[in-house]
Amino acid sequence: MKTSPVPPANNVAPPLTKAGMPAVPGGANPAAKNGRSRRAGALRRAAARIAALLASLLIALSMAFMLGRLSGDPTTTILGPMATPEQREALRHELGLDRPLLVQYLDYLKGVFTGDLGQSLQFYQSNTSMIMDRLPFTLQLVAAGMALAILVGVPLGVLAARREGTWWDRAASTVALLGQSVPVFWFGMMLVVLFAVNLGWLPAGQSGTPAHLVLPALTMSVYPMAQIARLTRASMSEALAEPYIDAAKARGILGRRVVWRHAFKNAMMPILTIVVLQTGILLSGAVAVEYVYSWPGLGQLALQAIQFRDFPLVQAIVVFGALVFVLLNLLVDVIHSIVDPRVR
Amino acid sequence: MSDVVQNGMPGGDARHPHALEKTADRTPDRGAPVLEVDGLVVEHRNRRTGEVFRAVDHVSLRIAAGESVAVVGESGSGKTTLAMAATGLGTRGEGDIRLLGHSLSSVGRKQLRRLRPEAQVVFQDPHGSLDPRQSVRSGLRELRSLQPERTSWIEDTALLERVRLEPSILDRYPHQLSGGQAQRVCIARALLMRPRLIVADEPTSGLDVSVQADVLALLKEIRATTGAALLMISHDLAVVRSVCDVVHVMYHGRVVESGPCETVFARPQNDYTRELLAAMPGARWRSRQ
Amino acid sequence: MTRVSQLELDLKPAEAPRRSKRTSAFWLAVPIAVVAVAVFVLPLTGLLPAAGQDLNATRQPPGFLSGGSWSHPLGTDKLGQDLLTQFIEAGRLTIMIGLVGAVVAIGPGTLLGLLAGYFRGWVDRVISVLIDAQLALPFILVALAIIANRGSSLPVLFLVLALTGWAVCARVTRSATLAIRERQFVLGLRAAGASELRIVFRHILPNLGGTIVALGTLQVGTAILIESALSFLGLGVVPPMNSWGSLLAAGQDELSTAWWIAFFPGFAVTVLVLLVNLLGDAMLTHYDPRKRRR
Repeated sequence: MKTSPVPPANNVAPPLTKAGMPAVPGGANPAAKNGRSRRAGALRRAAARIAALLASLLIALSMAFMLGRLSGDPTTTILGPMATPEQREALRHELGLDRPLLVQYLDYLKGVFTGDLGQSLQFYQSNTSMIMDRLPFTLQLVAAGMALAILVGVPLGVLAARREGTWWDRAASTVALLGQSVPVFWFGMMLVVLFAVNLGWLPAGQSGTPAHLVLPALTMSVYPMAQIARLTRASMSEALAEPYIDAAKARGILGRRVVWRHAFKNAMMPILTIVVLQTGILLSGAVAVEYVYSWPGLGQLALQAIQFRDFPLVQAIVVFGALVFVLLNLLVDVIHSIVDPRVR
Repeated sequence: MSDVVQNGMPGGDARHPHALEKTADRTPDRGAPVLEVDGLVVEHRNRRTGEVFRAVDHVSLRIAAGESVAVVGESGSGKTTLAMAATGLGTRGEGDIRLLGHSLSSVGRKQLRRLRPEAQVVFQDPHGSLDPRQSVRSGLRELRSLQPERTSWIEDTALLERVRLEPSILDRYPHQLSGGQAQRVCIARALLMRPRLIVADEPTSGLDVSVQADVLALLKEIRATTGAALLMISHDLAVVRSVCDVVHVMYHGRVVESGPCETVFARPQNDYTRELLAAMPGARWRSRQ
Repeated sequence: MTRVSQLELDLKPAEAPRRSKRTSAFWLAVPIAVVAVAVFVLPLTGLLPAAGQDLNATRQPPGFLSGGSWSHPLGTDKLGQDLLTQFIEAGRLTIMIGLVGAVVAIGPGTLLGLLAGYFRGWVDRVISVLIDAQLALPFILVALAIIANRGSSLPVLFLVLALTGWAVCARVTRSATLAIRERQFVLGLRAAGASELRIVFRHILPNLGGTIVALGTLQVGTAILIESALSFLGLGVVPPMNSWGSLLAAGQDELSTAWWIAFFPGFAVTVLVLLVNLLGDAMLTHYDPRKRRR
């Protein structure tokens, strides 16, 4: 939009106003009149962001609750179809299902915030403790997979951005897109065929030694690697198009230093964001990978719970996933405000 | 100002004499106010920082039928915000705006929709003011279907002739039009509505210098033949001088000087106006004459 | 060396990449069409090996491997059924699920994004919170929970695809709408007395057409991936129907003895989704309203 020869004057003194000119009556700087301080604005935004996160958490929790409620009568699952109505009634009372829905809902919310996610129908154990038992395995897998994804994805994206439009770029971008197009569990299966069945180099399943971790972590890394590479390329090519990079180019200093110290620093934030958020998704979403490798993590637990129609456990895992996701979102915001001085 | 309303427009309702008149070309009926703005204040809140910015600060102006009024000032001085508020298209703000005697803050939504066609806007960016997915013909057809009674006075080809466009242009899409052609289409669309008020928001600054004069001449001619009032928003004093009778100079949301064009340009009272005049291209040359 | 290549890049005419985008979109559509034709037309020609069990020819390798025969080009499974016939048939269902799955996600997603982006205010706030909530739920688990509840069937699968896909579509449509609603022709229409609904559905929506088609294309890929994952876990398409995902599931137990059973369906999913993603990406960049302000 080319508007006028005079550049927009927001808080800057307009170029037409000279020092000797008397101020316009009462209208010296309208922005200062009602303007609040920057700090207050930042606080307001932080509060709004947290409120929005809490609102979405509450909706997510309510959806998880409804999923649990809609699952039909759990007494049939536990007692089998042959139980008498009296037996069912007794069990319903014992499980607290005969109370009003609202009371159950509030009780459930209270449980969520005190760390009590109910009892499994299948294992007769606290869901929280079962999730905590399985969590280390999934964490291990996600951490290894994520590390691999970053180590491969970031250089791939930088390579593509620095040579935008060349065959290097096209090759790197296609590899990245391929990573988003392949069904990861199938990729895992093919790795098993190649490295475990045919070559016999690595174990095909279970967990234990570091060797057991190699194939699952490799499989796990494919999707986030692709995402990180694509995002790195996008934000790097944007950063490389900034005027200050042009200035560096004009002075003939566009080397590794400019790319890494200046452009990458600016491109880092989106990458960090996607890494954290993707970790949240993987923590609860690694079902298929864990299934392929019989990895004893959360995903397997979820699958077991579903196969046995153990709805309290399913609900607990969904709630856990939502909590982790919201907390990681919050973490991203905190990192944002620390790294980016403009937000502070 | 209130006595004007009572004298000029009894009741100030839908029975307003203008609202019933249907002839295409009316003799300029000077005097009856078309737009009255009283103590208008419009504030924008920055969503990110929460800061409040007063874009329009206690502005009052009035435009009578057949009159041509300019609001000048640098970008960011609140001219466009004023124009949008005055036509009921933007943030309404505080203060009173009366279009043909109807106070915009008191009319209902339906009434507002009926009132809006009385004020048509010609924007700065002619391509942005046309739906890219619509040919000129289907755009005009849509306007006719929206306001069947208002628009039946002229055929498409005759309308285009009035803005000096070939009929062949009817089947083109906006991206197939040059800037000048697109702006003429915009003017034709405004003209089709037979508005009482035409607001031209920097109508020439998006155009090549060679077509600017043509578009200005066209606006002038339309005002003369239809008797519509013209509110011209511009930063370009040369444009204002060639088209308008009265000028208001805006600075940081306030009107710092108003008066007949000739007076203001010949003997500016305010320092800011003087600065604006001095910054005009060719100002020194003219002052030497 | 870097400097020279950078300079060359800068000197390239600005028009070049755009033109290559257009042609590449065309060249991507061709193989996709070939796949679709193969899957939908081949069964009608009668050229495919007959379906049915043959217990004398179980776990036969594909024709191009040693020990295989060309009477079963892709080999046979543990019951001696021809894999090519199964593969083609499953492909038909997979593509169908991908298309319907994209439509059911795009429909509500576009509508909500459009309303949120155009009307702003409380409509926007409510829809945005819903989008965030949907994205905060671990979608695989939600899918599993719904399926465990309602059982595996095609309608439930579509419900899952709609629930897991609408939020992303809504978010993209919302931001694209935000970009378009600020354009001046919207004000012009309002000045002509057009109703808000007319502006939204007759003007904003058509202008989003390209973006929506691109989003839908990408969503086809996502839907196929989700479907294959669910079917692989035994929760999506279940026998007697077959999709590429459920063929994969059948092949999982045979990995050590007959790897090709699982190989071809997975390979087909990869290639198809890659093509669809490339096409969608190209279209999304081409139609990005923020890049074509004028």
